[in-house]
Amino acid sequence: MSASFYTKPANNGNAGVAMETSWDSNPGRQRTLQPITTGASVLAIKYNAGVIMVADTLGSYGSLAKFRSIPRVLRVNDATVAAASGDLADMQFLNTVVENHAIDEEIHEHGIAYSPASLHSWLTRVMYNRRSRINPLWNTYIVAGTEAGQPFLGYVNMLGVAFKEDCLATGFGSHLCLGLLREALDAAGGYAGLTEETATSALEACLRVLYYRDCRAYNQYQLANVPVAKPAQVSGPHFLQSDWSVAKLVKHYTE
Amino acid sequence: MLADWTQQEVLTGTTIMAVEYNGGVVIGADSRTSSGTYVTNRTQDKLTPLTEYIYCCRSGSAADTQAIADHVRYYLDFSRISQGREPTVRYAAHVMQSILYNNRDNLSAAVIVAGWDEVNGGQVYCIPLGGLLVRQPMAAGGSGSTYIWGHLDAQFKPGMTDTECQEFVAKSVSLAIKRDGSSGGVCRLAVINRSGVQRRIIMHEDLPKSYDG
Repeated sequence: MSASFYTKPANNGNAGVAMETSWDSNPGRQRTLQPITTGASVLAIKYNAGVIMVADTLGSYGSLAKFRSIPRVLRVNDATVAAASGDLADMQFLNTVVENHAIDEEIHEHGIAYSPASLHSWLTRVMYNRRSRINPLWNTYIVAGTEAGQPFLGYVNMLGVAFKEDCLATGFGSHLCLGLLREALDAAGGYAGLTEETATSALEACLRVLYYRDCRAYNQYQLANVPVAKPAQVSGPHFLQSDWSVAKLVKHYTE
Repeated sequence: MLADWTQQEVLTGTTIMAVEYNGGVVIGADSRTSSGTYVTNRTQDKLTPLTEYIYCCRSGSAADTQAIADHVRYYLDFSRISQGREPTVRYAAHVMQSILYNNRDNLSAAVIVAGWDEVNGGQVYCIPLGGLLVRQPMAAGGSGSTYIWGHLDAQFKPGMTDTECQEFVAKSVSLAIKRDGSSGGVCRLAVINRSGVQRRIIMHEDLPKSYDG
């Protein structure tokens, strides 16, 4: 077994990402990769002075809610945060590579740190490359932060599909919540009209909908706020309130 | 014409558990290895030393987990010499994760790495299928664990003493053995702290009793 868990760029032209996997040395094999321990939705929205992102802290093992305090939000630096849904072992692997890159930037002392746009771009290349070798990292990432003084929000999935938007969601969130987030933006006339409080409560309302309607959602979450003028902050765990009073109105299923 | 069970992989059907307490960890497991529906070993030891102070509880394919544990034990032995001190539990867990994650497509192995070190005391690290690494105050794994999640949630309290932890582990493994066909036999326990490892067996007839009807 190799003694290096981390290779500096000078040693490995592939910037620390394992390009050789067990599958590559067995090209005759078919692979069906499946995610094992998974994270559910990630949601994010820009507001007038930054961007906010939320993700619950659950790692599901199939239908079992096995790990209830897993952090899925990564604080890369003062201006960049990222969160992943999908296979959490792949997320841990990628997050370690990203953290090692951030250390590299410091070592080089060139005053350049990862910006959200550069992380988004790099992530896209890595995810697309793995997909093209039929060995995907089974994740959907959302990258958020401050880029050139403006809020940044980008999406990359396991196929290498990538785009930037004013509001983003993964998994179930993209079905149940994107509409709600877009409505919030429309009502404010764009993200420049959205305050931090309104953005936070919109995200919380979305998390509530997910807790009601997604079997794999959870009521404990982390929140990342990256204001353009201040350092990124990841807070949590926060606990989600939910309203079940409608249950009292329901009795039997027929008259 | 060979019987079905001879063509099946040998699995540690299994119930494994580990609990942190202030000053160390308590780990436990059942003792059944099965091949299909045949019990190939009814007195298996699934609590495997990686170092003097760090153990791993093995579930999944017996061959995979034995080979990997042997490898990790060798690697940590070497680390002790090159680093000049006992490996930390965290380091052992990451070595284990590295193998399980990078070979996830070819392996059927899920482990719990638990032990004691000077830096952080008693620690439990759960590594399920797929190679995720999570530190938890209490971890359970193997097919038998699915039957006792409710019991674990209801009875676990943080801050138990090592005696309370042993009773908790023994009771939990015992309940799992009763309900899981792939778990059975005796309950093996180990307590790991600053003084090292003390091992115990709870014989089948001495397993804590519960409702049987």
